[in-house]
Amino acid sequence: MSSEAKVVSTQLQDAPGKSPVAVPDPNSMSIIVTKGSLDWAYPPFILATTAAAMGLNVTMFFTFYGLSLLLKKLDLQVTAAGNTAMKMPMMGGHMGLPNLLTAIPGVDAACSVMMKNLIKKKGVASIDDLREMAVEAEIRMIACQMTMDLFEYSKDDMIDGLEIGGAATYIETATKSHINLFI
Amino acid sequence: MADHTLDAKGLNCPLPILKARKALKEVPANGTLEILATDPGSVADFEAFCRQTGNEMLEHSVDGSVYRFLIKHTAA
Repeated sequence: MSSEAKVVSTQLQDAPGKSPVAVPDPNSMSIIVTKGSLDWAYPPFILATTAAAMGLNVTMFFTFYGLSLLLKKLDLQVTAAGNTAMKMPMMGGHMGLPNLLTAIPGVDAACSVMMKNLIKKKGVASIDDLREMAVEAEIRMIACQMTMDLFEYSKDDMIDGLEIGGAATYIETATKSHINLFI
Repeated sequence: MADHTLDAKGLNCPLPILKARKALKEVPANGTLEILATDPGSVADFEAFCRQTGNEMLEHSVDGSVYRFLIKHTAA
């Protein structure tokens, strides 16, 4: 099986008139960041900063709700609504919230406070800290132009050092990246 | 005696790795960095970190709930 696969790929690369296949740098990663809540902000920033610490060239592309993670002042919240797997450690066990109750005003705020307390208690970095480390590690951060127009944000609302770009900017980067994630 | 010691006790993933990366920059080539951590996940993570970056894990041990790693700064 593997020898057959090898032959096919050689033929493809050797085919006359075809442009050579772009070989991505094995030490490169790109992440599309689409979510802006406190819990969803963690995976992209953890992976990006760790990859940079391990010597990878990292690009993050912030689009839709992910764009809010680039605002100067972060005000991240979690919501229990529709998040049926969300359980918090409480009184020695784990407690979830019936979905109906999540609509009550103040519930999301209480959940967010609870989550932030847990984060502090367990020595987990804040998103502010991780973002600062991402900037320090010279991670390339691209803000989606279309999302900025859509949600009426200007470059002045965002942290410094950003690049502004669109889908083509991302795709060009992705073709050169060995790891491409969508979060 | 290590050239530099990083106390990462009480910190959770990925902070021990991120702080170690920073600390390694202060360690001269072929010097050593000692890391103390309490995150059980750091055992597998520091091994992966060393394999990927080309730095050498000289020792790792555990004393109660504290993990100790000794890394030789062999890569840029």
